[in-house]
Amino acid sequence: MRYSGWQVIKQGLTGNRGWKPAWRDPAPKAEYDVVIIGGGGHGLATAYYLAAEHGLTNIAVLEKGYLGGGNVGRNTTIVRANYGLEGNSQFYSHSLRLWEGLEQELNYNVMHSQRGVVNLFHSDAQRDAFARRGNMMVSQGDDAILLDRDGCRRMMPFLDYDQTRFPIYGGLYHPRGGTARHDAVAWGYARGADQRGVDLIQKCEVTGIDVENGKVTGVQTTRGAIRAKKVAMCAAGRSGQVAAMAGMRLPIESTVLQAFVTEGLKPVIDNVITYGMGHFYISQSDKGGLVFGGDIDFYASYASRGNLPMLEHVMEAGMTLMPMIGKSKVLRSWGGIMDMSSDGSPIIDKTHIDGLYVNAGWCYGGFKATPASGHCYAHLIATDRPHEAALRHRLDRFNTGLVMDEEAKGSQHNLH
Amino acid sequence: MRIRCPLCGDRDSREFTYMGHEIYMHRPEDAGWSPAWDDYLHLRDNPAGVTRDLWYHGAGCTGWLLVERDTTTHDILRVELATDAKRGSA
Repeated sequence: MRYSGWQVIKQGLTGNRGWKPAWRDPAPKAEYDVVIIGGGGHGLATAYYLAAEHGLTNIAVLEKGYLGGGNVGRNTTIVRANYGLEGNSQFYSHSLRLWEGLEQELNYNVMHSQRGVVNLFHSDAQRDAFARRGNMMVSQGDDAILLDRDGCRRMMPFLDYDQTRFPIYGGLYHPRGGTARHDAVAWGYARGADQRGVDLIQKCEVTGIDVENGKVTGVQTTRGAIRAKKVAMCAAGRSGQVAAMAGMRLPIESTVLQAFVTEGLKPVIDNVITYGMGHFYISQSDKGGLVFGGDIDFYASYASRGNLPMLEHVMEAGMTLMPMIGKSKVLRSWGGIMDMSSDGSPIIDKTHIDGLYVNAGWCYGGFKATPASGHCYAHLIATDRPHEAALRHRLDRFNTGLVMDEEAKGSQHNLH
Repeated sequence: MRIRCPLCGDRDSREFTYMGHEIYMHRPEDAGWSPAWDDYLHLRDNPAGVTRDLWYHGAGCTGWLLVERDTTTHDILRVELATDAKRGSA
């Protein structure tokens, strides 16, 4: 069914009895051309672009839980293209352009809202760094405006500009940045892939990857063996376990990142705002909740829940930046498993095993990358050549030294 | 989360800074680039379960600790001074 305003009226007037499930629930077939391990945002987007742009439809997406139940369902929904390094800059720019056409392409309302992202700065040196970053964004073809203090005050009068510790000097405004409805992104790609014949198989955990003579031949799952010409790993925080099934080790350590949402409030925060000194970022969902987060918990974890010290730190940073939120009540917090790579940038590449591909290392920036990750991964799987927007996201860059350390933190996974 | 420091006793995790996997205790001796450096700097087993990693007790005795933990439950299983661990394994 094609979704439209007309359908909403028609179905509304006929008791909403005509809506159909957005995708099928097929049993796994014995063989596929491509098996994608992981039914999250990136895996579903990969399946969609393989079908839509490369004409491959004999594809299965295997998900051990339910579609979109991992990090795509538990993030702070921010979409932006404000990276500075050659390689990352092109990639996220590519992603933002895909975001801008996504709803029409998928015929699905992902509630993409280009409400703008403001990165605040709090010192002369930080202003210089942000001015430089803004110039890099503009030269990449994206948009950036350097706001002074008064410019920020006009947009965001509620911030505490004169706090004694970190007074606000200004901000780097990225008008095309914003947010999207995270679950809807997974659902939109799932529906688009299903409509093109992709089998989305839930509650199907991959328990082994079959390799013969250096070539992948299929996977073992909790729902039986499935043969495949190509296998694409796309398991975010669990990438380490999936790669281990193929005897591989990745340059990744998984950690936990917490996020928080308050009760619904009247509209008050128009943009995405990031605090340049406390690692705190906040936006307001369309439902009214303030959605915010901070740093990872810094230690290796698969617990999907965080600890209280980081919660306290995030609350303190929020109160320092905008004391007005102090009386709103936090409804819930959650933790996602982040696949932290040792240079802070992701990997989209072939492996040393013929027909086995890897997509991992998204750290805590995977949501905004969803369209480009799927688009570039599909290109790689279909053609065996990297997409031009993802030329540098190579697996061997750690060994060759061509790393992409966006924040110049050095080779320590938890610092990115 | 609380970590039982061998010198200071049971202390809040806020007193500690995490560095990374135990492999950081075994710096390669190769002068030039080698696969051992790739292991040391980048590649990780990244287990969902028991692991051993290095924590710095900055707000306590300033000792480096080798902590055995479960990454799925956050249980702390064993803590020893990194110097003792190194001496034991040498």
